[in-house]
Amino acid sequence: MNPLRRELEIVADWIEPGSRVLDLGCGDGTLLHYLVERKGVTAYGLEIDPRKVTRCMDRGVNVVRADLDEGLDDFHRDSFDHVIMSQTIQAVRYPDKLLEDMLRVGRHGIVTFPNIGYWRLRLQLLLKGRMPRSPALPNAWYNSPNIHLCTVRDFERLCATMGVQIRERRLLDRAHRSTPFINLAPNLLGEVAIYRFVRGSETL
Amino acid sequence: MVRSPPTDSVGLVTQHKATFEEPLPLVCGRELPRYELVYETYGELNREGTNAILVCHALSGNHHAAGYHSEHDRKPGWWETCIGPGKPLDTNRFFVVCSNNLGGCHGSTGPASINPETGKPYGDQFPIVTVRDWGRSQARLADELGIRQWAAVAGGSLGGMQAMQWAIDYPERLRHAIVIAAAPRLSAQNIGFNEVARQAIMSDPEFHGGRYYDYGVSPRRGLAVARMLGHITYLSDDAMRAKFGRDLRGDMSFDFEQVDFEVESYLRYQGQRFVQDFDANPYLLMTKALDYFDPAADHEDDFSAALAHIQCSTLLLSFSSDWRFAPARSREILRALLENNKPVSYMEIEATQGHDAFLMPIQRYLEAFSAYMGNVAREVGA
Repeated sequence: MNPLRRELEIVADWIEPGSRVLDLGCGDGTLLHYLVERKGVTAYGLEIDPRKVTRCMDRGVNVVRADLDEGLDDFHRDSFDHVIMSQTIQAVRYPDKLLEDMLRVGRHGIVTFPNIGYWRLRLQLLLKGRMPRSPALPNAWYNSPNIHLCTVRDFERLCATMGVQIRERRLLDRAHRSTPFINLAPNLLGEVAIYRFVRGSETL
Repeated sequence: MVRSPPTDSVGLVTQHKATFEEPLPLVCGRELPRYELVYETYGELNREGTNAILVCHALSGNHHAAGYHSEHDRKPGWWETCIGPGKPLDTNRFFVVCSNNLGGCHGSTGPASINPETGKPYGDQFPIVTVRDWGRSQARLADELGIRQWAAVAGGSLGGMQAMQWAIDYPERLRHAIVIAAAPRLSAQNIGFNEVARQAIMSDPEFHGGRYYDYGVSPRRGLAVARMLGHITYLSDDAMRAKFGRDLRGDMSFDFEQVDFEVESYLRYQGQRFVQDFDANPYLLMTKALDYFDPAADHEDDFSAALAHIQCSTLLLSFSSDWRFAPARSREILRALLENNKPVSYMEIEATQGHDAFLMPIQRYLEAFSAYMGNVAREVGA
């Protein structure tokens, strides 16, 4: 199975057909293309890399070349049903501000990230004494785009501090499975974390 | 001389002329009793008539957008970088049409044309035409060519604004608007530059209130100055520094008439070359059309409201060093489209060439443009 596939499916399951979706750091448009095809959503992606922007255009995905570190000023409050940030939050300069901005322009936020608390990564640091690397984190410390890596616990702490309400959490292991076993120790056993959340004031 | 054009060129092309005998009502309140449009086409219209693209030219452009008129031409059409086999506007897939705007001086009805009411050239009597009038005149051309809906209307600078006007005025008649290095309307600074250009022309003693055709003269000096000014605004500070710096032609002359700096020589040359191929009255008209372009004006200055009923998808492209129509202006268009939930893609492209970048072979630009148009081609079955 394509490693991204499972993650896409989980995210897609959370999105109602025909809704309005913004994808922050949309890459080559894989997720949005999938959502447009499967769910008939109205979608826009933001991406900084011109080559990836071009790939999105080739696919017919609406894409705006933008730097997430400059915020989401082009968008009004409540413009979207879902704002997604897939494998991107660890690479932005102000993750907390961006989370806030996500929930300004959208009603629901979805974030996925590589969990640096995953046991294999912890073990690498403990035994080798070096910055951990993995298929999900292939770069060396000095050339990695990931400047704000966090653990499952870190992310949940930030949400609590900001009054962001987590609605759902899914964790995937290295085989991109989501087993009940992982939830025994999510911060240790989950390699990829996927969250769905809303503004604190939002009621069920 | 071009013995054999490059293989990615449309090669030798000929211009066509369409005549419209039905009067054309204009935004200014007057009408043209009849008019002609010269145009060129590249590629073949498919049987379903779905693969046509209208290219709109910029201020000093014309209908000769690609290819060569003869094997003696030294330069191809103005958008040769983007039109041709395998290029963004791929003539193997699309049928590309480009017409000379009304009021121009390359064959479409303009100030030098004969006014049927007087039997003399229109001169200063030619009505002021607007971007909206150009769209209307082109819609009739589309009818004549059997094109109900353009796959795309595309243009850079003023041409990009014309593409937007098309989207506003004829929402059903285009699937995509390609708006490059444009703006929702001109800024005070933009209008200021245009006004200086017009004053340069009108203060030339040979201008004769626009009736210079009657005197067999032309305000060439004024037009050359206007072009020199325009040319500065099309280049970036960096591009001019890189190209000329403060290089001197020779020793300093301590004289006003002599050319001291390379940049002076270049601008004078550009001005002189321009007047061989362009006329003063059309330059006045084109700059005025630019100044007047303002779709928001009909909607209480709300540009977003002006775009509320468009039906096409839009591709917006801008260039980092363009200060005439800076990327921030394209972002204004982007925001208005987003407010309306319209499909849009936008890319700012790093380029050192300033506003003129939209004419240049910049790899990232051509790749993005090609990618978008490839998707358009698949969509219309081209």
